[in-house]
Amino acid sequence: MNKNISLACGNGGEENNELTSKVFYKAFKNEILQRNEDAAIIHNGELAFSTDSFTVSPLFFSGADIGKLAICGTCNDLAMMGAQPKYLTCSVIIEEGFETSKLEKIVQSMKKELEVNGAIVVSGDTKVVPRGSVDKIFINTTGVGEVLKHGISSNNITEDDLIVVNRDIGCHGATIFVAREGIEMSSALESDCESLFPQVKALIDADIKITAMRDATRGGVSAVLNEWAKQSNICIEVDEDKIPVSDEVSGICEILGFEASTLANEGTFVLAIKKEDADKAVEILKTFANGSRATIIGKVTNIHLQKVILNSTWGTKRFLDTPSGELLPRIC
Amino acid sequence: MGLELKNLYDNFRDGDTIKAYAKIIKEDAKKLKNPINIMEVCGGHTHTIMKYGIPQLLPQNIKFIHGPGCPVCIMPKERIDHAYVLSMQENVILVTLGDMIKVPGSNGSLQDARAKGADVRFVYSPMDCIKIANDNPDKTVIFFAIGFETTTPMTAVLLDTVIKKGISNILFHINHVTVPEAMRALIDSGDDNAKNNIDAFLGPSHVSVISGSKIYEEFPRDYNIPVVVAGFEPVDVMQSISMLVKQFIQNRCELEVEYKRLVNYDGNIKAQDLVQMYFQKASAFKWRGLGNIANSGLKLRNEYKEYDAESIFKNVLPLEEIQDHKLCICGDILRGMATPLECTIFGTACKPTSPIGSCMVSSEGACAAYYKYGNLI
Repeated sequence: MNKNISLACGNGGEENNELTSKVFYKAFKNEILQRNEDAAIIHNGELAFSTDSFTVSPLFFSGADIGKLAICGTCNDLAMMGAQPKYLTCSVIIEEGFETSKLEKIVQSMKKELEVNGAIVVSGDTKVVPRGSVDKIFINTTGVGEVLKHGISSNNITEDDLIVVNRDIGCHGATIFVAREGIEMSSALESDCESLFPQVKALIDADIKITAMRDATRGGVSAVLNEWAKQSNICIEVDEDKIPVSDEVSGICEILGFEASTLANEGTFVLAIKKEDADKAVEILKTFANGSRATIIGKVTNIHLQKVILNSTWGTKRFLDTPSGELLPRIC
Repeated sequence: MGLELKNLYDNFRDGDTIKAYAKIIKEDAKKLKNPINIMEVCGGHTHTIMKYGIPQLLPQNIKFIHGPGCPVCIMPKERIDHAYVLSMQENVILVTLGDMIKVPGSNGSLQDARAKGADVRFVYSPMDCIKIANDNPDKTVIFFAIGFETTTPMTAVLLDTVIKKGISNILFHINHVTVPEAMRALIDSGDDNAKNNIDAFLGPSHVSVISGSKIYEEFPRDYNIPVVVAGFEPVDVMQSISMLVKQFIQNRCELEVEYKRLVNYDGNIKAQDLVQMYFQKASAFKWRGLGNIANSGLKLRNEYKEYDAESIFKNVLPLEEIQDHKLCICGDILRGMATPLECTIFGTACKPTSPIGSCMVSSEGACAAYYKYGNLI
């Protein structure tokens, strides 16, 4: 570990994994934590439990704001374990001087998104700190959900599964990057920030054989696939041309030198579905507003265990690696 | 239908076209008398070659040597230490481009400096420095300028604007380098015991968008080494390799341009004039892994000294020479005498998250590209 925590330690990729395993897992080690799922499954498998903290700049961005993000983030983690989000806590740390009207706007977004999930905030906390102690506002939400479908786990993926995504990828990361200070670009792109429970519920209601689900937040689809390859000790092979990327996102990636698969998402998830049900799952996902590009992107093999391989249409293979470092634009 | 961004790259990534070139190259390569080693000078090409798995499409008798054309990779620790020290000065905002903030110097990288409280920022365009300077009138913005011929004009435009608008709080630390001098040094560095075996060059093409293809004329003429100025998409690279192979089987040795959609013989004269106006050749620049290369660096002309952070802060900038890490073989890799896989610390002590050698630092470095994309042939 480095002597100081760098921004790269929060990237959802390699440095982030190192920090969590060498500091937090080391200290808190227990059987539930070590399963390394999106949400912990507790109480005899009946409840899913997860927490997430939110800091984003700018606070209001195309397609969502920090409030919507704070509800989606935690509820999506619960949904990924096949659970219906039920009860949330909400803690905010606010910088002195922050406009009340903005706070109200954020809270309204939270309220609206809670309704989408059928969840309620049942406890909260507010701290106000001197100017400069936080960047405007930080929000933490913690949630409990009721498990509707048991046995979903990132540790159980096998060669009987196919890999599916629910929509085109990378919209959130691209939107935020374009909106940040120092990048003089404008685009019509919107964040994909969205509650995923309705999609998950539709799959569960149709009795789709879901092995695993994970929302592709920081580190993007690439991080999820690499985590799965390691956790389930498998090789995941993805066809590069199958990965759905919108023209806007791929254009931004071209200009800045990014790969869409490493960009963050807030309403995009990856699924491992039993082969016989994969087409049906895709059909269901396609019925949702942003799901027109839901598709099977890859399969599970054993040619390079714990690695993700990207196949090109011209017959070459390469690794799709866990993203590392801070996201930085190309030089020339 | 108007032109869309994807029109600029989609067809140049077409699987069928790539496969067709692979077939042509395979057939032509049978007629080669000797194996050929192609040096792709530019890090952008290294990235393309590894990302798109191009070596997997080539016959055994065509190999790549990964050259030194990554502006971040070649930055010696001495210069990074300058940036680090400058960023730690009171009321200074140090601004640079992308990956540069990750490269470790003797005390750490600019990212580390930022974690310790320094105001370090990266920009996509150097012109963004103006906004930063306007927003922070009580601070001095130092632009740590890096890159080859491609990025130098952007620094020149920034300086031009600073002068014309009378902006008083932007200074420059210049680390611009030029490609032909390095190519020459690489050819000359081989001797009978340690030959570098460069048989052909893929010429850096964004460099040529600025400087024209003319800068590579000397290589076929004086060194008998053919050059094809190549674009950065996989179809470009495959076509360029095919052009080089054809030169060999037809006994030609020429400068050719594959990247005709952007490169011409003379280049961008206006950009060249602007660079000429503000910059002059420095006597030498130390390239990480390669050492001092005469005339390969640029510095501000004497009349613009008042904008030169290196001269204004000379009392605090460290001067001592720093040796490259003993186990690192980046120098040999850049000269084409070794591949990353031959390095004992590759992927163990030296990784993208904790780079020891220059080639592991930027995604355009040969070692980083090998590490990231693997070797799945």
